[in-house]
Amino acid sequence: MATQSSRKAARAMLSPTVILLLVWMIVPLAMTLWFSLQRYNLLYPDRTGFNDFGNYTRFVLSPAFGGAVVNTLVLVVGVLAITVILGILIALLIDQPIWGQGIVRILVISPFFIMPPVAALIWKNMFMNPTNGLFAEAAKFIGLSPYDFLGNAPLASIILIVAWQWLPFATLILLTALQSLSSEELEAAEMDGAGPVSRFWYIMLPHLARAITVVVLIQTIFLLGIFGEILVTTNGGPGTSSTTLPYLIYKEALLDFDVGTAAAGGVVAVILANIVAFFLMRAIGKNLDA
Amino acid sequence: MGKITLHQVRKSFGEVDVIPGIDLTIEDGEFVVFVGPSGCGKSTLLRLIAGLEDTTAGTMQIDGREATHLPPAQRGLAMVFQSYALYPHMTVRKNIAFPLKMAGMTAAEQEAKVQHAAKILNLTNYLDRRPGQLSGGQRQRVAIGRAIVREPAAFLFDEPLSNLDAALRVTMRQEISELHQSLKTTMIYVTHDQVEAMTMADKIVVLNAGRVEQVGSPLDLYHSPRNLFVAGFIGSPKMNLITGAEAAKYNCTTLGVRPEHIRVGEGPWQGVVGLSEHLGSDSFIKVEVDGIGTINVRASGEIGVHHGDPIKLSPDMDKLHRFDGEGLALK
Ligand SMILES: Nc1ncnc2c1ncn2[C@@H]1O[C@H](COP(=O)(O)OP(=O)(O)OP(=O)(O)O)[C@@H](O)[C@H]1O
Ligand SMILES: [Mg+2]
Repeated sequence: MATQSSRKAARAMLSPTVILLLVWMIVPLAMTLWFSLQRYNLLYPDRTGFNDFGNYTRFVLSPAFGGAVVNTLVLVVGVLAITVILGILIALLIDQPIWGQGIVRILVISPFFIMPPVAALIWKNMFMNPTNGLFAEAAKFIGLSPYDFLGNAPLASIILIVAWQWLPFATLILLTALQSLSSEELEAAEMDGAGPVSRFWYIMLPHLARAITVVVLIQTIFLLGIFGEILVTTNGGPGTSSTTLPYLIYKEALLDFDVGTAAAGGVVAVILANIVAFFLMRAIGKNLDA
Repeated sequence: MGKITLHQVRKSFGEVDVIPGIDLTIEDGEFVVFVGPSGCGKSTLLRLIAGLEDTTAGTMQIDGREATHLPPAQRGLAMVFQSYALYPHMTVRKNIAFPLKMAGMTAAEQEAKVQHAAKILNLTNYLDRRPGQLSGGQRQRVAIGRAIVREPAAFLFDEPLSNLDAALRVTMRQEISELHQSLKTTMIYVTHDQVEAMTMADKIVVLNAGRVEQVGSPLDLYHSPRNLFVAGFIGSPKMNLITGAEAAKYNCTTLGVRPEHIRVGEGPWQGVVGLSEHLGSDSFIKVEVDGIGTINVRASGEIGVHHGDPIKLSPDMDKLHRFDGEGLALK
């Protein structure tokens, strides 16, 4: 895009898409903002009109709100930590020339192809079920009493399920980054007296910084909105111990039929997501500069 | 200090014998150049010495110490790679200090050595930059700096100048030669550039298909190539190799005459000028000689011959090279 005319042409070519996307985004956003300021409960269709910020105060001051924010952050951070650390280890492993490398790589990325609710249900019913899940069988086999994962550690179990789904994504991105590291650089470090740990710490990890940043940013966007896995496994419970912001909004809108408060919750969630994004970019965004 | 000995060192990649078995001694303080055509195993041999590849068979001593199975870090050798292999996320200072840090030196010692190396290599003003912000020649110097701070028993260079432009190549070549004079450390240098080999080396090792064809000083190789391969490889433009009846007159299968050892004017060889290149200092002409074929001639100064001119040539009788049917030189 060097010359002025090529820049103009580029703008003209791009504008239909940009305008379409803008409309696509603006209309629902405007509607959400509008609803969030209205009395709008499907159970009481006669109560209408402006509610000022009543919906917002009700949502933010509801007893479940604080816990939901914390749960959301714990979910995001937990999944990120597991996927990045395990992702690096698996990428290091399958970067080695091993027998059956192709098959191993396909196996590693396959969880990504399974639809999230399906994966969550499989985990719930086949692995974590306290009476006939595989984990329960394994526990019984070695003489322990089975553990009710989703009942006793609901959030940790959901983190495990979501991390399992996102691990392939992290592994794949980190693997390609690892493969782009020149072997001469590693050999130079080897000759400079760096052992395997030093080589990892001083050469590979800095090289992976950009890929790790990409993984963290992209996953954060998706993890802030995790919903289906919670719906099909714990329904936000027991109590509210695995209720996250998206689930809380769902509860307002579709269980309590309070469209106004749900819309206000949606706006609050968008604001919180932007705050997270802001701090994230401040913290690791510089890794993206060339 | 830096004496390196190879006994029957062999390397194969799977089925392929890249190096079928090499015996070689590199004396302490020598500047040894490996030359040979592309793919002949120069880099492989260097990497075997560095320990970056395992030998398939044979043994190797460095400093009189058995080194065949030593890991690279313990061989006391430093290598400069063709791509420089600098660490892109570290500043020049940290790049140069990296081997010292790995050796567990204190920060003060590291800094002193880095400053010393930077002074030798004219890098003092660039210490806080990253490799991406340096020119090719500067990167090359950082790579050399990283090698010299370790005070290795020997330096290994794998075509270090091949990414530089012609003018810079000449400067860097001289800088490396000067570095060798001042450090007096053994250096092994891989190149396929003849001029580098001839100007820098104390000793040239000519490799062909993983075999040592000849070892000797640059002028040794120039004046008495042991076989046809060395004769054709060393010297630019290439030696004229004449076979057939003309060679038979001299009792050999192949007769070799260097282009600079042919006189223009009177002589037994008659021909017609084909291509002629006039550089001012030298003239290169290709001559179609009757009954012999194309002969390259290099005459110093300007000679007034052009395409299509008839010409007579005479080879210097005392500078002929004669080879037998096996391609070995006859005395
Ligand atoms: N890792 C490897 N696996 C299989 N074959 C290899 C490997 N490395 C090198 N070879 C082969 O060994 C031969 C020698 O390679 P080498 O890199 O030593 O050549 P070279 O003399 O350095 O050539 P150049 O001047 O082009 O750098 C080549 O035929 C190459 O194909
Ligand atoms: Mg090479």
